[in-house]
Amino acid sequence: MEVSLSSYSSNTEPRIYKVAGPVVIVENLNGRMYDVVLVGHNKLMGEVIEIEGNKSIVQVYEDTELIKPDDPVENTGTPLSVELGPGLLASIYDGIQRPLPLIAEESSFIRRGVTIPALSREKKWTFVATKEVGDTVKGGDAIGYVDETANFRHHILVPPYTKGTIRDIASGEFTVTDTVCTLEDGTSLTLMQRWPVKKHRPFYDKRWPDTVLVTGQRILDTLFPLAKGGTAAIPGPFGSGKTITQQQLAKWADADVIVYIGCGERGNEMTDVLVEFPELVDPKSGSPLMDRTVLIANTSNMPVAAREASVYTGITIAEYFRDMGYDVALMADSTSRWAEAMREISSRLEELPGEEGYPAYLASRLAEFYERAGRIETLSGGEGSVTVIGAVSPQGGDFSEPVTQNTLRVTKTFWALDAKLANRRHFPAINWLKSYSLYQDQVTPTLERSYPGWVANMKRLMELLSREDELSEIVQLVGSDALPEDQQMTLEIARMVREYFLQQDAFHDVDTFCPLEKQYMMVNLLLSFSDNAYRAIELNKHVDEILDLPSRPMIARMKYERDYKAYSKKVSTQIEKDFNELFGGEKE
Amino acid sequence: MKEYKTINKIAGPLLFVEKTEPVGYKEFVTVTLSNGETKRGQVLETSKDYVIVQVFEDTQGIDKQTYVHFSGEIIQMPVSGKMLGRVLSGIGTPLDGGRKIIPEDKRNIQGEVINPYSRTRPNEFIQTGISTIDGMNTLVRGQKLPLFSGSGLPHNEIALQIARQATVTGEEESFAVVFCAIGITQEEAKQFINEFERTGALQRGVVFLNLASDPSIERIITPRMALTTAEFLAFDYGYHVLTILTDMTNYCEALLEIGAAREEVPGRRGYPGYLYTDLASIYERAGLIKGKSGSVTQLPILTMPGDDKTHPVPDLSGYITEGQIFVSRNLYRKNVYPPIDVLPSLSRLMNSGIGKGKTRADHKALSDQLYAGYAEGLDLRGLATIVGKDALTSRDQRLLSFADTFEKRFVMQGRDENRPIETTLELGWDILSTLPEDELTRIPGDMLEAYYRRETTADEGD
Repeated sequence: MEVSLSSYSSNTEPRIYKVAGPVVIVENLNGRMYDVVLVGHNKLMGEVIEIEGNKSIVQVYEDTELIKPDDPVENTGTPLSVELGPGLLASIYDGIQRPLPLIAEESSFIRRGVTIPALSREKKWTFVATKEVGDTVKGGDAIGYVDETANFRHHILVPPYTKGTIRDIASGEFTVTDTVCTLEDGTSLTLMQRWPVKKHRPFYDKRWPDTVLVTGQRILDTLFPLAKGGTAAIPGPFGSGKTITQQQLAKWADADVIVYIGCGERGNEMTDVLVEFPELVDPKSGSPLMDRTVLIANTSNMPVAAREASVYTGITIAEYFRDMGYDVALMADSTSRWAEAMREISSRLEELPGEEGYPAYLASRLAEFYERAGRIETLSGGEGSVTVIGAVSPQGGDFSEPVTQNTLRVTKTFWALDAKLANRRHFPAINWLKSYSLYQDQVTPTLERSYPGWVANMKRLMELLSREDELSEIVQLVGSDALPEDQQMTLEIARMVREYFLQQDAFHDVDTFCPLEKQYMMVNLLLSFSDNAYRAIELNKHVDEILDLPSRPMIARMKYERDYKAYSKKVSTQIEKDFNELFGGEKE
Repeated sequence: MKEYKTINKIAGPLLFVEKTEPVGYKEFVTVTLSNGETKRGQVLETSKDYVIVQVFEDTQGIDKQTYVHFSGEIIQMPVSGKMLGRVLSGIGTPLDGGRKIIPEDKRNIQGEVINPYSRTRPNEFIQTGISTIDGMNTLVRGQKLPLFSGSGLPHNEIALQIARQATVTGEEESFAVVFCAIGITQEEAKQFINEFERTGALQRGVVFLNLASDPSIERIITPRMALTTAEFLAFDYGYHVLTILTDMTNYCEALLEIGAAREEVPGRRGYPGYLYTDLASIYERAGLIKGKSGSVTQLPILTMPGDDKTHPVPDLSGYITEGQIFVSRNLYRKNVYPPIDVLPSLSRLMNSGIGKGKTRADHKALSDQLYAGYAEGLDLRGLATIVGKDALTSRDQRLLSFADTFEKRFVMQGRDENRPIETTLELGWDILSTLPEDELTRIPGDMLEAYYRRETTADEGD
């Protein structure tokens, strides 16, 4: 092109050539793919995502307002990495691991170019060495630990691909950047390590997930269980309760560490989590839930490139805790926003679009992400797991759209949220006919041992619910009065299962978390009532008579009872009494 | 001063300027025509070879001889506490014949992202005096709650009624309305302004008017100007600002138009792929900030093309806003005002704004039960048309008439009827008491004890 560039400098330093939203094209960068670069005079963080000739395409994690062609660019030479070490727990980060509370000290708004390290450089941790001078260590081995909170032991691991004999190691008070251990070859180990987010952390082997992740949500644990190390997708149109379900899981799932990614969602919702979690108490440890949680908040109005990064930042932190031998659960709300971020950047790059404008690599990126879940044998021979639960926000509530479909191909549990249920305030609005869990066979043997009959009960519930679905089609045509009494009874029992058991109030003190044992007892009561009811019908009793029995509303109140064991006995006695009276003299 | 006469291409609202010195992304631009007329614009894309400028007004008269002046700054608008009572155009020039606004400060209209850590959780109940909202989809200070409507429905009346009646009970605080018209007709705008003048709301309001006849490109900045004003009034002056944005669908159409002019790869139904992010940069400008006394509450209105809620505009809005109020054509045809369909409506922040000490302890249970009853009643309505009412069980018949009573007594109210929350809740109990006590499974026993009307037949009316 014959454009005079007289006003532009003509040296070979890296300079900006073009700015279009978050996409910046840089000349003479000589970088590698995914290197982090600092763009402009404000040194905004960005990442190289394409190289062509002497031009590199960089996506910038912050607003590029007033960035000009010819502004300088600096290459850090390293890919986007996170800091891993003591201080992660109870932290709140943005998508590129900048601590939001520290940013807030300066201003209520997020200004550009803020750089604050993710882990405090001043705070001193008490390090207790568990290895000695002369010990040989390799990547993944613990050299000691820091008690990060009263209930959490943070193991200090040798970074992957490092090995050697310890020349020097000492317990004591250290900051995350102090050397706590030196190897013979001079490698110094600190409490903190870095890891590039787009690369999964290595492990020894993957194992079969066979332990249930207890969530305290009845419909999930009883009907559609998720395994520790498994993957789940929660798709649903807006207002169907994705976020509430995700938050319930973050609160009550029996994992050691929770990583919660608010990806492109509402600011007020994140504030909700930020306010609520420190107040809630972990039923297992008795300490605030926040103490086992890492929050990553990249709200919908924060820069789109950082939104794309937030998911990787989260999963890398999850893998780090997994490598210490912990069970980690990661919630990503919502992966659709992540996919949209990819779409947005792809369209700025003028790439050839795939379905609905999403980039052609959407499926492989989603698969890559969910594949980072799993129950694994760590490099040091321990066992840990990362469970991934991704919310999906299908456009128009249509599950056939690309993000939902590509997610379903790689996740093994599907909790389908249903707007119809939500409209009638049936929460959690998880559709029992559409949802499934492929972990059922793997996790039920252990459940069956503690709760005999668990599997049979579950099957009976599912049968009952699908029978209800069939019958309700007939009812639509002829009205319920036209059905025979036993079928009317089926409808009523199914209604009881829906209202008394499946519905669960996330805002009720007691009902918000339902232990497995309580779930088991509730199902037993319902089925016992049902067995008796059918017997009564056979003995020519009427449906109305059965519905008027005092034990029925008692089952309804079970979910609100704190002392469920005593209450369950009471109800069980009442059921027996009710039906004995009903059968009365008619017993032969 | 960077001034150029090197326009190479003009396409729609876009100017392609060549041979410039380095120009910043999003820089504010003034364009001077050969006849002396000036227009304003913004840099959309900048590179060493060319700069793309988006002009906010129409491009009529622009030719290759036109001067393009780059300011080196981003768009800022003058803000002042004296803006209250003013009517301004879509780009902030006074329309009311009043004086120019003397700025106290200049603000970037893009706004800044509120750190989620610095937000305060919205939890103050706003009483709108409309039962379907207060009782079942409660609005909370700092919330963004859109009206999802269709063309020809009375969404404007509802928005006006809310603006008129909204109060936080037990408080007399500085309250302001920022009204932002995006591409609405002259008539509609008149209706709003007359109403504001009649009720005296204009004195505590600021009006931004981008009319249907104004250049559509202006629509991109009008809501941002309105929100910048709202934020200034809220966080600098401590006002509780209710911002009404109507009609967001017109805003999205303008985005589509620009996207097409830039030859971008379109996303769903022709809308740009960044529609979600763009809408978020508007809707997310609501809330409360720690240590500041004011608040910004948003009440956007959008008309769903073909009443289709899966259309990208309502769909993406629904994913960003904290709930939605559905205006129903069905109810409107049945002469129900306000025709708010509670079933698909939702307020996500309701639970933090209601309950003991805020409204009343029974509020949530009551609302849940009303929802469940009405939903079931509506299902039965369908069934009754097929099999006839007589084929229904007595329980079903009760629910059927419950749904009718609910629409007639709870949903329906006068255009000037301002129902206090107690009235709304009592009305709810009146209606629920037409159902037998043991069918109200959503309500804990102690509340039934306290509120269920055992003797009265609830059909007395008031």
